[in-house]
Amino acid sequence: MSTASDYRKREESVTMSTESAGMGETHELLTLNIGPHHPATHGVLRLIATLEGEVVRDIKPIIGYVHTGIEKTAEQKAYWKAIPVVERMDYLSYYFNAMAYCGAVETLLGLEIPPRAQYLRVIHLELNRIMSHLVWLGTSALDLGAMSMFWYCFREREAILDLFEMSSGQRMHTRYFQIGGVIEDIPVGFAAKVQKFVDEMPTRADQYADLLEKNEIVLSRLRDTCTLDKETLLGLNVTGPLLRAAGVPWDLRKAKPYSSYEHFDFKIPVGSVGDNYDRFRVRHAELYESTRIIDQALNGLPDGPHIADDRKVVLPPRHELATSMEALIHHFKLVTEGFRVPEGECYYPIESPRGELGCFVRADGSAKPARVHMRDPSFVNLQATAPMVKDSYIADLIATLAMVDPVLGGVDR
Amino acid sequence: MEVKRESLPQELDFRSRQLMARDMLRGELEGEELERYVEQAVMTTTLEKAVAWAQGNSIYPLTFGLACCAIEMMSIVAARLDIARFGFEAFRASPRQADVIILSGRVSTKMAPVIRRIYDQMLAPKFAISMGACCSSMGVFNNYALVPSDKFLPIDVHVPGCPPRPEALAHGILRLRDKIQHNERAGWRERYDALGTEEILPAGAAAGDGPLAVTAPHADRHSGGIAGA
Repeated sequence: MSTASDYRKREESVTMSTESAGMGETHELLTLNIGPHHPATHGVLRLIATLEGEVVRDIKPIIGYVHTGIEKTAEQKAYWKAIPVVERMDYLSYYFNAMAYCGAVETLLGLEIPPRAQYLRVIHLELNRIMSHLVWLGTSALDLGAMSMFWYCFREREAILDLFEMSSGQRMHTRYFQIGGVIEDIPVGFAAKVQKFVDEMPTRADQYADLLEKNEIVLSRLRDTCTLDKETLLGLNVTGPLLRAAGVPWDLRKAKPYSSYEHFDFKIPVGSVGDNYDRFRVRHAELYESTRIIDQALNGLPDGPHIADDRKVVLPPRHELATSMEALIHHFKLVTEGFRVPEGECYYPIESPRGELGCFVRADGSAKPARVHMRDPSFVNLQATAPMVKDSYIADLIATLAMVDPVLGGVDR
Repeated sequence: MEVKRESLPQELDFRSRQLMARDMLRGELEGEELERYVEQAVMTTTLEKAVAWAQGNSIYPLTFGLACCAIEMMSIVAARLDIARFGFEAFRASPRQADVIILSGRVSTKMAPVIRRIYDQMLAPKFAISMGACCSSMGVFNNYALVPSDKFLPIDVHVPGCPPRPEALAHGILRLRDKIQHNERAGWRERYDALGTEEILPAGAAAGDGPLAVTAPHADRHSGGIAGA
């Protein structure tokens, strides 16, 4: 038997528990495999569920089906060439991945980020947060049987992607954040388009609420299902909307502000019970708060450079290459070898749509990082699924998985 | 099945056809003349062509997402691109009911045998679209973890991009439609020995065995040693 099939045998060695609580003599446990190809797993998550009738007694998530080796690949690339690779981890929040990574490298370099760049970052981060929540809302509602939500959510998502395309040229994985700031200033007309979107978005979010809040099926599937208290969540290291839904107002944008988040006036939506309904409501409320942040950042956008003025780290402006020898040398050095980062290590946490996204970078003085590690919130939050769905119906397992909102690209990396 | 018809005599020129058509409109044609006219006027075709036309306009894709590209794949169903215009919107969750598998994203070594098995479960005629750079050539990553899809699956259409725009995927889908309707696919599957349709269980494995324990010998042949390495 080859190694690969050996491995698969071992993976299947999930044994059926015979000592489950409340099991009668006539009952039998059934092991059900869900995934890795299953429409409700939001990617390629595989769950081994142990069922007693229709009740889930235990689930075991098996991950690694989109393991891409991104952390390892990042070690083989120069610091700024690793940004596109890192962006592809959690593929619904690419700006956040880039922000965490750039933030860590900038901290190691001791680079000062110009205020305009910080504000531009905030605008794009919050647009990305709305986009991520829209994809979550659309697909989750699809899982719950409310199909039309998908079309409404993707309508607004396209509007956001148009904005991304306008500022960076790409819809997804934009590589807009550069070490030292953002790669280009926003084009003419961008601000007006964002303003139009910001003015529209609250009405759209009201519309979503109207569609779902009065849907009896959605409500009965969400209310009081799969509740988990905050002590357990904190013990499992869960962050983000899941923790906030259980009543803990923990948000890194407030707790440890980065990229000028302290300049903006916004509130943290907090749930009360910690059931699926609260998880839905918290994310929905975040749509409004993100819109408010974008509005403030756009109207208070400071003038000045969009990227730091350190020629050892930041690419020189394109027009200087034709006139300045020094600029050409800097450009050549940066593009071939990259810049060197002094020895040290840094952990840079930010608040992604799914929770605390931290990037750990260790520099050994060379032009390539010695280690890049992401603390991805999807990976950590996924372990809360088992205690959530224990002793609830298998239909609630699907709803809970939708509300946990794991992105498997971030889990497996 | 070829519909038999006698072609009208050559000497029947355009003018006389016009006159016949006028008679037809007046309802004056009868018997053999009428039959001949109907045979000429009604579009006749071969059954294969008709089937290919129908197949190309009602491709059911499999609900199957891998990574980033899956999000762009979902957006082709959404309002802006509305792929339902081409009869492509009915995503099927079961491989038994699907016609095309879209590999949307990066394929890891752990996922490749699973994909091959899903493909084997699909019923012929079946097609595969490889969406995005990772799936076709391992893309920006190009490292130990990934497998290009050509190593283990016969791919009909490759859509480049990282990720491809939804428009690009729609273009790929239309190319697939052309391929099906105009019989461009003829030959390539035979040449590359890519005609596998059934899931083959290895000797000794019962049908009720664990879902991922089996790798068909069939899959090994195409995997280039990756699945079994």
